[in-house]
Amino acid sequence: MIPTPFEYVAPTTLDEALAALAEHGDEAKVIAGGQSLLPVLRMRLNAPEVVVDLGGIPALRGIRDDGDAIVIGAMTTHHDVHHDPLVHEHAALLAKAEEHLADAQVRHRGTFGGALAHADPAGDLGAPVLALGAEFVVAGPSGSRTVAGSDFFVGLFETAIAEGELLVEVRVPKHTGWGAHYEKFVRVAHQWPIVAVAVAVRTEGGTIAEARVGLTNMGSTPLRAHSVEEALAGRPVTEDAVREAAALAAEGTNPPSDLNGQADYRRHLAGVLTRRAVLAAAGA
Amino acid sequence: MTATQERPDTAAAKEIGRDRRRKEDQRLITGRSRWTDNITLPGMLHLAMVRSPFAHATITGIDVTEAQAAPNVVAVLTGKDLGESQGACINAWAITTDQVTPAHVPMPSDRVAFAGETVAVVVARSAAAARDAAELVDVEYDELPAALDLKEAAAADAEHGVLAHPDLGTNRSALWTFDSAEAGTGGDADQAIARARAEGIVIEREYRQQRLIPAFMEPRSTVVDPTGEQITMWSATQIPHILRFALAASTGVPESKIRVIAPDVGGGFGGKLQQTPEEMITFAVARRLGKPVKYTETRSESLMTAHHGRDQWQRLTLAAEKDGTVTGLKVELIADLGAYVSLIGGGVPVLGAFMYNAIYKFPAYHFSCQTVLTNKTWTDAYRGAGRPEATYAIERLMDELAAEVGVDPFVVREKNWITKEEFPFTTVAGLEYDTGDYESATREAKDRFGYDELRAEQRRRREAGDRVQLGIGVSTFTEMCGLAPSRVLGSLNYGAGGWEHASVRMLATGTVEVTTGASAHGQGHETAFSQIVADRLGVAFEDVEILHGDTSIASKGLDTYGSRSLVVGGEALVRAADKVIEKAKPIAAHLLEASVDDIEFSAGRFGVRGTDQGLAMAEIAMAAFAAHNLPDGIEPSLDSDATYDPVNFNYPHGTHLCAMEVDTETGGVLMRKYTCVDDVGTVINPMIVEGQVHGGLAQGIAQALWEEAVYDDSGTLVSGSFVDYLLPTSADTISFDVSHRSTASTTNTLGTKGVGEAGTIASTPAVVNAVVDAIRHLGIDDIQMPCTPERVWRAIHDVAGGGGTDTEGAAAPHFDASTGMQGTVDRTDGADR
Repeated sequence: MIPTPFEYVAPTTLDEALAALAEHGDEAKVIAGGQSLLPVLRMRLNAPEVVVDLGGIPALRGIRDDGDAIVIGAMTTHHDVHHDPLVHEHAALLAKAEEHLADAQVRHRGTFGGALAHADPAGDLGAPVLALGAEFVVAGPSGSRTVAGSDFFVGLFETAIAEGELLVEVRVPKHTGWGAHYEKFVRVAHQWPIVAVAVAVRTEGGTIAEARVGLTNMGSTPLRAHSVEEALAGRPVTEDAVREAAALAAEGTNPPSDLNGQADYRRHLAGVLTRRAVLAAAGA
Repeated sequence: MTATQERPDTAAAKEIGRDRRRKEDQRLITGRSRWTDNITLPGMLHLAMVRSPFAHATITGIDVTEAQAAPNVVAVLTGKDLGESQGACINAWAITTDQVTPAHVPMPSDRVAFAGETVAVVVARSAAAARDAAELVDVEYDELPAALDLKEAAAADAEHGVLAHPDLGTNRSALWTFDSAEAGTGGDADQAIARARAEGIVIEREYRQQRLIPAFMEPRSTVVDPTGEQITMWSATQIPHILRFALAASTGVPESKIRVIAPDVGGGFGGKLQQTPEEMITFAVARRLGKPVKYTETRSESLMTAHHGRDQWQRLTLAAEKDGTVTGLKVELIADLGAYVSLIGGGVPVLGAFMYNAIYKFPAYHFSCQTVLTNKTWTDAYRGAGRPEATYAIERLMDELAAEVGVDPFVVREKNWITKEEFPFTTVAGLEYDTGDYESATREAKDRFGYDELRAEQRRRREAGDRVQLGIGVSTFTEMCGLAPSRVLGSLNYGAGGWEHASVRMLATGTVEVTTGASAHGQGHETAFSQIVADRLGVAFEDVEILHGDTSIASKGLDTYGSRSLVVGGEALVRAADKVIEKAKPIAAHLLEASVDDIEFSAGRFGVRGTDQGLAMAEIAMAAFAAHNLPDGIEPSLDSDATYDPVNFNYPHGTHLCAMEVDTETGGVLMRKYTCVDDVGTVINPMIVEGQVHGGLAQGIAQALWEEAVYDDSGTLVSGSFVDYLLPTSADTISFDVSHRSTASTTNTLGTKGVGEAGTIASTPAVVNAVVDAIRHLGIDDIQMPCTPERVWRAIHDVAGGGGTDTEGAAAPHFDASTGMQGTVDRTDGADR
């Protein structure tokens, strides 16, 4: 289908992009990889006057080592994140989540920052990014600010990025040597997860020293399961021990009901998938 | 492929039976081809449809002023504007003489009967301008209650319930019955059931054939050019010939003034076996404006408005003796037609009616089907059309019978099936099966599958109480295809015959043009038919050109559906080619100064018996063309044609085995192994046959596990995009173990059987039988299709919690208005910001 007519702006620097947003206000939409926006435009569910394309800004791409964190440029493609050695070494959970995100075509076009800014609660990146305690660097007319992961996702398709601002990069604290697993439950491969669980664990001997757990599609935003994390700390890596902690996964969640499952089924899945993800991440 | 170097007139090149890569694939796969939407004509205008958001509503006003004034808009037309010039969408198969058939105006002016129905059309100089202006058309509706649920609609009448078409006074369109006692083909099913209740086994089940969407790859597209002597329509259709007939019959334009071309068509699966409202509207607009126009649907429009398939409830009663010998079968269907009775939609369940007895020797059979109108998208043929539904029902029932008797599923099948020695066999439904060898196909399938080993593993896992259980599903199917003997179609009140036509034109240079009335849309006709002609005439494969899909080039035909192209169209081709040989013989005899009786034709060469003298087919073709030296009274042409009306249907069969793993904790299902051995008669091109089976399996498995068209309570298609209508990709299927046997059919010269629908028909029950088999020991005897993880989990959960095994509850659309977490809007409601 054909989108409504719009003006197309293709800045080559961050400043130009911010200027374009400042000029057009809420009449503008930002396009990153376009894997979510283009279907919306083509189905005419949104009709922006201006589309600002970030694809021509080289500074927004790439992954770098920044001491205790790795920094992922917002316009880095899923494919590049998936195959990056820094990511594999220090944030393996992201690579695990990227591996099964949508399909190969989408991974080559879609971007890390675009997906996070889209804030789809069923998106694959929110949960692992929350679990790893990432921070979001957002640029606006008056400079940059850093938003904590826990403050970034505000609601359904809603983030802390204000009008006129852009997500520039994501700082992911290093979790070197942590085990990681993304347990995604789908009916067909290219589908959004019905529920998915992102887990990173640091084990000492046969015991879980620390755990980070994020939940996908268990509410209007990606969630972090703090109670599971706390319950896991100090437990042995055994099925029974982990089962008890994982049973807390659905606590306080408000999952959706749709064609793929009603809320009670999703709550059940959250517990099962969390147990499996923790055991897999811990190498059990 | 080294054959290109062989001299066809010297080598006895056998094309039949050979893996030939499809000659059409390069252009189809690269898209450098003549898809309808690729066609651009001088001065061509573009259409966009304005569609109803309501399932049932009165149109109280349409204001086109703003749209009309939009840039580059040429016209905005409503149903009132087009009036009778738009003709009607016809129903070609009234299954009973008293069938209730609502009038189907392509663009209604007073009332819409399903969500997506067209109420106005915008004509503009570009597709984008048409789409923009379509949003400016202001339509006022008075919403009416909509008949949506099939069972409720079937039960409704003028006083109680909701009618899809209030003026008709009923939703019940036609009741079609078959009774073997009445037909003289068997006993009385009710009596058999009564006897079994007293002293045998009665299996009673109700199965749901969910609504499916054909979801062909190429969306429908139509171009109409009214500027020549004939009005030419290009359309992404399976049925150019039938469409021309329907256009003429419903608009009054003489058939001779219409040319229909189906250029390369990107799949159909029955979904393009239709005379669509969009085609009629495009035709009418082109005539009205006197200019070429094009309409190409969006994927959303396609899913919403192109006809759907299946959608039945099946009530089944199987009577058997205690040892599993079946004594009778009763089938009571209700089938959802949607808002209108489509081209052959009412007849789809009737095509299944003859197949519920499948490969078995049932002594008594009763079938009835009530077709029902609702305010949903109309239904019609979808790959298998009636036969998948029948095969699903009986193959599920045979597994249930085996469970009841307490034996392996093959025990009850072997006890009841037609043995090899019993062919030809007249069934309780009145069909004569020509050949079959269920024993061999089954033996081979079980061996390849490792049946006994998997059964042993299943036992081990059950005993260990494994979290992931293993199930094995069986489907021993047959089908009737090769539609169809015209007399039989006539007796069923079908609106056309079932013959097919072919012509062979020998060109002067020795190459061959062949026309076929079977209109390919991705099956590989050009390759397989070239192989047949190459062998028959002894010419090179590369020297044969197959032309099709144009009523001016392949002027006669009944098109492609029902696995008919090879078994009916191929036979016409063989007969036309044989006529060429017969016409060439007297010319060869004359040139060789021999008697016609001494001329032998072999491998492309006309030889004189007992000598080494001879002439190649190409030489005779040149001689006929030059016509300098022909025998007296012989016309200077070898061209021939043949129209073939089959004497019987065609009965491929096979044994399909599926192993499924079921995660009892999540309800997730995973295919572990799939083996099938299909008997498809003589195989022209094994690679194409294998491809057909692979694709068919994917579609049949998809019905079992993934696909379902779901409407919400207001009649909106919830599964209106590929986000929610789950088509499998290669990532979701496993590597199938596909093989075939070849018991030659006796009803056509080559011995071929149909294969286009086999995989789809056979696989669905194999998969569901396997899912149920994995958890039957938990007390579960059915999972409604598609077997979603949630349905499987609920079945297990309910049993564990002391509830029943009813999984129907999970079928409802789970729309949660409070979160809005449903459907397309969810996944795409935001933006990249």
